[in-house]
Amino acid sequence: MVEALLVAAVKSAVMLALVLTVCAYMTLFERRLIAGFQLRYGPNRVGPAGLLQPFADAVKLIFKESFRPAGADPLVYWIAPGIAMITALFVYAVIPLGPTLTVLGRPVPLVVADVNVGILLVLGASSIGVYGIILGGWAANSKYALMGSLRSSAQVLSYELVLGLAVASVVLSAGTLSLVEIVNAQQRVWFAVTQPVAFVLFLLGAIAETGRAPFDLPESEQELIAGYQTEYGGFNFAMFYVGEYVGIVTMGLLAANLFLGGWHGPLLPGPVWVAVKTLAFAFFAVWLRATLPRVRQDQLMALSWKVLIEIGFLNLLVTAAILAWRGG
Amino acid sequence: MAAVFRQTVAMLRGLLITGRYLFRRRVTAPYPDVKPPVAARFKGRHWLTLYADGLERCVGCELCVIVCPSQAIYVKAAENTPERQVSKGERHAEEFQINMLRCIFCGFCEEACPTGAIVLGHDYELAGYTRASMIYTKGMLTEPYPGASGRDPGREV
Repeated sequence: MVEALLVAAVKSAVMLALVLTVCAYMTLFERRLIAGFQLRYGPNRVGPAGLLQPFADAVKLIFKESFRPAGADPLVYWIAPGIAMITALFVYAVIPLGPTLTVLGRPVPLVVADVNVGILLVLGASSIGVYGIILGGWAANSKYALMGSLRSSAQVLSYELVLGLAVASVVLSAGTLSLVEIVNAQQRVWFAVTQPVAFVLFLLGAIAETGRAPFDLPESEQELIAGYQTEYGGFNFAMFYVGEYVGIVTMGLLAANLFLGGWHGPLLPGPVWVAVKTLAFAFFAVWLRATLPRVRQDQLMALSWKVLIEIGFLNLLVTAAILAWRGG
Repeated sequence: MAAVFRQTVAMLRGLLITGRYLFRRRVTAPYPDVKPPVAARFKGRHWLTLYADGLERCVGCELCVIVCPSQAIYVKAAENTPERQVSKGERHAEEFQINMLRCIFCGFCEEACPTGAIVLGHDYELAGYTRASMIYTKGMLTEPYPGASGRDPGREV
């Protein structure tokens, strides 16, 4: 019992450190890459090729004053960023980073907990994450923040469905809710190949769910300054920011595990393949941001409710029909 | 349906265009490491130029002081004496100060100067830690040797 707890604690700590580091570098990755798309250099002054920039940013944000706007609700105002960050980090309990390795003769699974409803947990936690955004925008007592959080809740609600439908057809094909089992079901052929419609739906849903361009309405700078995080600064802002970038990495890992075969790949070891596939998703997200202009609010809603959800249900029905016909 | 298809193709083409840009030469320069050349007539830090024989061009006429729209220049003129011939005219500038915090780099002083003494050079890195250090005195403004400012010391004006 004690040993199991200890192992879990160590694994969680390692996972947490890893995820936070990756997310810190995701900001640098995005800034350098978007600079490349715009024929700039991006941050390259701190350390070699700007590699220490995330630490400089973190130090700066930590040492900034934690202020609260006069009309803000104190309790909710302080709790909201925490909710956003914790729910974003929470899902890493069930997301596998690779196959079970053997270290010193002991099997070490590269997942904190292989829960048999893993994917449900991930979707559930990311739904709770929107509470951080809603509460943050509400508590700040500012028009922009409120508008941003309202938009965010509408958007996350709509695209959660799209995401769920895309995931549901994968779950149906794999016949399991466990992320490890879903990856193992792709030993021969990726779900991105057998479920191309679901893959496209997942990509769109993931981009919208993380609130990234072209679906970054919750924090569209031109209209809402910074949306729900307008009134936040310093470390509270950093927590929202961490939550957001963790979300991107989470979606990348989900895309890798659900559609791109997870750790299955030739030559390279499993965890490297997971990293490569996650990075490919992140690259795609930045590429989209560099290319597409922001959609309008009504277009965003119409796209979800009038197009994507219908396609999702249709895809689910067809998948179910084929599986039933095959006698699955 | 056709419109949806057309728009999807348009988005994919957009992605290809930005993707191509990723491999283009960057238009900005990593500034402190690479300093892009300024235009030939760039108006930066001032120099008080010399003739090829080392005599000062400035004759202390104070036309630059009069023309300066931000009143950044201070000149105190003095007579040349046979023992101490500083410039080619009757007078020379004993004191010449430019307040770089006031200067707007319009170049009027250079245009007004009858002897071509004051010129605006190419140096634009003019930051300082104190206000006092931003007042450039004659010793700082006079070029260390004829032609140091980049202007031909043998030119007429």
